[in-house]
Amino acid sequence: MSQDLDALYQEIILDHYKNPHGKGLREEFEAEVHHVNPTCGDEVTLRVHLSDGVVDDVSYDALGCSISQASASVLYDLVVGKNVDEAMAIHEEFLTLMQGKGSVEPDEETLEDAIAFAGVAKFPARVKCALLSWMAWKDATVQAGGDR
Amino acid sequence: MSVPALPGLLPELEVVRKDFPILERTLAGGVPLVYLDSANTSQKPQVVIDAMVDHLERHNANIARAMHQLGAESTAAFEEARDKVAAFLNARSRNEVVFTKNATEALNLLARTIELGPGDNVVITEMEHHSNIVSWQLACERSGAELRWFGLTDDGQLDLSNADRLVDENTKVVAFTWVSNMLGTINPVADLCARARAAGAVSVVDASQAAPQLVVDVQAVECDYLVFTGHKVCGPTGIGVLWGREELLNELPPFHGGGEMIETVTMARSTYAKAPHRFEAGTPPIVEAVGLGAAVEYLGHLGLDVVHAHEQAITAYALEGLQTVPGLTVLGPLDATERGGAISFELDGVHPHDIAQVLDSRGVAVRAGHHCAKPAHARFGVQSSTRMSSYLYTTPGEIDALVEALEYTRSYFKLG
Repeated sequence: MSQDLDALYQEIILDHYKNPHGKGLREEFEAEVHHVNPTCGDEVTLRVHLSDGVVDDVSYDALGCSISQASASVLYDLVVGKNVDEAMAIHEEFLTLMQGKGSVEPDEETLEDAIAFAGVAKFPARVKCALLSWMAWKDATVQAGGDR
Repeated sequence: MSVPALPGLLPELEVVRKDFPILERTLAGGVPLVYLDSANTSQKPQVVIDAMVDHLERHNANIARAMHQLGAESTAAFEEARDKVAAFLNARSRNEVVFTKNATEALNLLARTIELGPGDNVVITEMEHHSNIVSWQLACERSGAELRWFGLTDDGQLDLSNADRLVDENTKVVAFTWVSNMLGTINPVADLCARARAAGAVSVVDASQAAPQLVVDVQAVECDYLVFTGHKVCGPTGIGVLWGREELLNELPPFHGGGEMIETVTMARSTYAKAPHRFEAGTPPIVEAVGLGAAVEYLGHLGLDVVHAHEQAITAYALEGLQTVPGLTVLGPLDATERGGAISFELDGVHPHDIAQVLDSRGVAVRAGHHCAKPAHARFGVQSSTRMSSYLYTTPGEIDALVEALEYTRSYFKLG
């Protein structure tokens, strides 16, 4: 049983949880969104700053479990500095991984630390935790005009 | 599991546990189930399961309209369940017991049918379940009435210091929970009902957490309306109860229109049946009512006073055990005699979902989140909490398992 638990709580996830990257709300942004997981109450306020089609910054303030906190940190690492199309493709790949019920083999080349979330996909109740900030990021990016 | 001697425990606890087949099962990895989520839903004794299966196997028919033997048997079983619930609540009359889908529907029925208008006010409390907040918010938005509420003290009690200002001559409804599902607090029900009465308002008591574990006597507390749900009192889901004083129920307009709630129908207009049928439009949850009848009869045989004593003994034992865990803070009263068997807590450095996940890997089932009481959490500055809730079948050994699992959680998340 604790093997399953270890699959869920990979060291990478716990590290990101304890030392989140990019956390905090920063001033430069084109769109800010607030997403809530109504069943558990997890919340994220997330800002996106785009310039010339590139994700210049993602800043966020989040309340929630280790999975949701770590996933926001990993999101920051993966999308900041990428152009929006590239970042959207990573988003898509992460979504596929999380919705794959544990059957999707993650590509470390693209997903880097996010591959640690492969184990989370086997826990249906926790998938929404992992996706909270990613859904917020997509929403904010679209609002910031990043989809055009 | 051996049971240490603890005064107040249910006599023959091990025998009673055998009434609940699910308590025998093991979970992934072969670990035994430690079910500490009874405030969410209780487990079901064999007698409830059997009553429902027997009804479906041998007596199934629609009620009150089938002119055949099965119809008569089914109707009798459904109405017998009403008698059992009336006895469970010490109601003056069986006509005071209305079957609903759940406690939420019962509260919405009241919020929809009690007449409110501009200038009126409704008083609730900050420790309510969302069902006893949102239904009144909607009623006030519709009618122009004002919504007011009792705040909470730091130790999780109702703050009654401004009660005279809150409940005034314009108050139409005072709606409150008997036992908080988050803080465990037991409220002074009879006092609050008397306060409502003195102001000319009706009292609405949410007994969803009280009915499983306390003697609920509607005549003793002198309430006007009271609701509870079947699945927390060892019964099935899909059935709840609205109890109301008969003369009040008969003054309320209908809630849902349909079959069985009428006297007569013409194309232009209809006249309505008296309570309880006025509020039971359509085919009701028949087998669920039969199950609920068996459940409250089962509790009656055990004795609610004995169940209450058991809950208090287990709750005191749990409060003691939880406080040995470093970094753990209990929300709500710390005196077991002032509270019910639901204990919400925080553990420094670990989020409630992560606690619940690690506990689950050890077979310990608890609830994590806001427990449909976001305002009560906000009052204590917390976003969510972990809640253990015991019941009549809970053993001290299971509390020990919880405490050990919490220690394990701390070590898993590497907290010193």
